[in-house]
Amino acid sequence: MFYRRAGIRHLDYRHERQLWPLPFDKLLVGIVVVLALAAPFLVDRLYLIAYLLPWLIWSSAALGLNLLMGGAGQIHLGYGAVMAIGAYSSVHLVRLGVPLELAMLAGGIASAVIGAIFGFAALRVKSLYLAMATIAMQYIVDFAITHIPGVSGGGMASIEVPPVRFLGVRIEGDLPTYYMALLVCAVIAMFLLNVNRTAFGRALAAIREKDYAAEIIGIDTFRFKLLAFWTSSFIGGVVGSVLVVCYLRSVSPEQFHLDLSIQLLAMVIVGGLGSVLGSFFGAGLVLFAPIVFNNLISHGADRLGIALNADLRAHLPLMLYGALIIAFLVAEPLGLAKIYDNVRNYFLVWPFRTARR
Amino acid sequence: MDIALLGELALTGALVGAMYGLVALGIVLIYKTSGTANFAQGAIAMMGAYITWLFAAGAGLPMWAAIVAAVIVMFGFGMLIERTVLRRMIGQPVIMVVMLTFGIELLLRGAVPGLLGSAVKRLSLGIPQVPVFLGDMLINRAYLIGGGVSAALIILAIVLFNSRSGIIMRAVSDDQGASWSVGIRVERAIAVAWGFAAVAATAAGVLWGSMQGVDWSLSLLLMKALAIAILGGLDSIPGVLVAALIVGVCESLATGILDPLIGGGTRDIVASVIIVITLMVRPYGLFGHEQIERV
Repeated sequence: MFYRRAGIRHLDYRHERQLWPLPFDKLLVGIVVVLALAAPFLVDRLYLIAYLLPWLIWSSAALGLNLLMGGAGQIHLGYGAVMAIGAYSSVHLVRLGVPLELAMLAGGIASAVIGAIFGFAALRVKSLYLAMATIAMQYIVDFAITHIPGVSGGGMASIEVPPVRFLGVRIEGDLPTYYMALLVCAVIAMFLLNVNRTAFGRALAAIREKDYAAEIIGIDTFRFKLLAFWTSSFIGGVVGSVLVVCYLRSVSPEQFHLDLSIQLLAMVIVGGLGSVLGSFFGAGLVLFAPIVFNNLISHGADRLGIALNADLRAHLPLMLYGALIIAFLVAEPLGLAKIYDNVRNYFLVWPFRTARR
Repeated sequence: MDIALLGELALTGALVGAMYGLVALGIVLIYKTSGTANFAQGAIAMMGAYITWLFAAGAGLPMWAAIVAAVIVMFGFGMLIERTVLRRMIGQPVIMVVMLTFGIELLLRGAVPGLLGSAVKRLSLGIPQVPVFLGDMLINRAYLIGGGVSAALIILAIVLFNSRSGIIMRAVSDDQGASWSVGIRVERAIAVAWGFAAVAATAAGVLWGSMQGVDWSLSLLLMKALAIAILGGLDSIPGVLVAALIVGVCESLATGILDPLIGGGTRDIVASVIIVITLMVRPYGLFGHEQIERV
């Protein structure tokens, strides 16, 4: 119907290697890009700042984590700490007068170096140990940030982000912050879309499937695992600085606690391991489901006349994240992206059942 | 720093460590039988304490009856987790199962305080507040009893591992396929391991809950338990006891010596540092077996 395609007909290799071979997909991507660019003029300011902006930033972070978890199959429970390192390094550099573009990259490199040190310890053994090393990293980084006065500004302080310019534009007000987050998100998304077509991405896929089998066909698994850790942490650090500059406007330790890591983990699993589109779906669901759910429940309680426990409402997001992770891992381990894919595959050859191969 | 204070810190640490070890016991038990790490152990300990409180304060049972009832309920709950979710994950990669148990941890961490109230609950075991004097050293009576009970339970677990059901669990951990072929019910052995893990966690939850009150922070025992399990070797029960003492003493000494220097908070970090150092120096722990994978 929409796709007007039955079977797969590649005429040459370039055609086969395209990111979006089908005209309908190209159209869809185009529409999304145009909508994203025009969003500030289409939606209310409140929705732009309170919903679209965090969605973009959290999606970027989920993309970075997805490279490691979905791409290379390595678990990371301390991604919030990685973002904290990037955020703090870049804010301190900006305050010292370094341009924001350089400070972001430096923040990314700082995250990558520290993240890779922890990865180095755990990557020699099985993925199980990596989970423990990364959760330990979360606590150690939290501790270091709060207890080194030079980093956190002492005690419970938060550090204000000074006025900055990004690519010659002053980052203040709604439009520049939105477009900066959009640009970074687009760059990361394009990188992740393309990484699967490179030798690096294929090596990671081989490691994800079976690491010692990958070793046998000549992939240096340790090197590529560490490289995946490095790249993913770099993205995390950059997104951390974007989060601070565009959204939070000031940086304090409690913004990057285990809660953030849990949120990101839920986004990647719910969205779909290894899927770029899934990261956006997952970020959307995990960010907005608690809000919607909370509103629905309080609305329902009002209608039925039940006084709702404040404890219950406070713990609702955590319950929801846990329930979402369990439900998706048991029922659809590849997440929302797989559900989208199933629908798409159905319509790909509609009204027929299967593609002719 | 005088020697009596150091001795006091070390002894208290060892007792506290034994109580941490009780939580770690469940992780090791499950790893030994099914080969997956249980990241939900902290929340299960919290839930056990909550259930005990529910029986004692809500239903008005005497304390010993409440504990027995909670142990039975939690044993069933542990088996229920295995039966409903974990069994569906057989054959999935380890990373998936680890994330699933972490999801259970989050769900419980949200649901239990959310439904039963997040304010701190009092759970009194009737242990007097008066400390015990050992020469110059002051030892908290609750720590003494808690540590003693925990150490006894861990040793009991070591002994039980030589009984019939223990041998079944060891056979399952050794080779699931071979166990199937000689007529061992593998799933049931794993379910029983989950049940016992939940019971151990409940005991730890009750002991801690009686000291610091019952609230969500009991689930933070997970970190200490992971540190103990890693340091002792994930598949060694005697390792739990040794590692528990080491972690407890390290934590207590670090808190006593470093806290005044850097302004508090070291207690939460010692477990994490031990995890990282163990992974760097001796990834399979003190008593763990190195795993060799064959293609």
